[in-house]
Amino acid sequence: MKAAIILFPGSNREGDAARALRQAGASVSIVWHAEHELPNGTDLVVLPGGFSYGDYLRCGAIAGRAHAMDAVRAHAARGGLVLGICNGFQILCESGLLPGVLMRNRDLRFICKRQHLRVERNDTAFTRAYAPHQAIEVAIAHGEGNYEAHEETIRQLEGEGRVAFRYCDANGLVGDAANPNGSTNHIAGIYSENLNVLGMMPHPENFIDPLVGGIDGRGLFESLFHKAA
Amino acid sequence: MKARVTVTLKTGVLDPQGKAIEGALRSLGVEGVASVRQGKVFDIEIAGDDKHAAEAALKAASEKLLANMVVENFSIELL
Repeated sequence: MKAAIILFPGSNREGDAARALRQAGASVSIVWHAEHELPNGTDLVVLPGGFSYGDYLRCGAIAGRAHAMDAVRAHAARGGLVLGICNGFQILCESGLLPGVLMRNRDLRFICKRQHLRVERNDTAFTRAYAPHQAIEVAIAHGEGNYEAHEETIRQLEGEGRVAFRYCDANGLVGDAANPNGSTNHIAGIYSENLNVLGMMPHPENFIDPLVGGIDGRGLFESLFHKAA
Repeated sequence: MKARVTVTLKTGVLDPQGKAIEGALRSLGVEGVASVRQGKVFDIEIAGDDKHAAEAALKAASEKLLANMVVENFSIELL
């Protein structure tokens, strides 16, 4: 599998994303945001976490309109895989590749901690290595992760099975107590209509090595590798 | 030509920053504040003096970048 990580000024998690992808067997290239095209044969585009353009205007707003995003849109339209993590999710929403918006956390605090997620379905390119409704432990680190969208959009996402992950506790229980940021319906990640674009606030790439406390994030990258292999 | 674009949150969208400011005003003893919503102001210098062209450019700027139409409204003023 060939993965391209788009680098914006202010991205800072591209190294971790590259490590996670390589561990799963991908070959990885880093693509500067001013490029108009993706490397030939790119299977997966990753928009990494960070603070693109210093979060100026709105998180992901300026990056979402970069030249490289036209190429990412074309890639997605062809059915290519796209993964946006944290700031990458914000960029996907701002670019129109995913609906809705990430608002300030309910309590206005930047939250950096371990967090459990419930895998809502395991029949997508991103989650096939997980069990259905498995509770995985990864990390969150964001100030604007409170997912909001029009009621109609939320209904559509729910009706079409496009919620990828929900915040939950260690037992997989979803509810207000486990929701760190006030996100609508405890949404931590969503898919595009064709399930080939995934945006998520949590960081699976943080948890791929027992050295740093867990490997629950590996499943996502292994899922991708098996799909495109 | 000078112009001002004001971007505000749509009604019903939760505004935790506005709420925090509202609380701070209350704790400062500022009387009579019922609620606060925070927005953004963009002061823009338009080249040329064609008002229709300016309005069209500002509308495009607002819809394409300055406002996120999912949660925000904008208004345009030519000054």
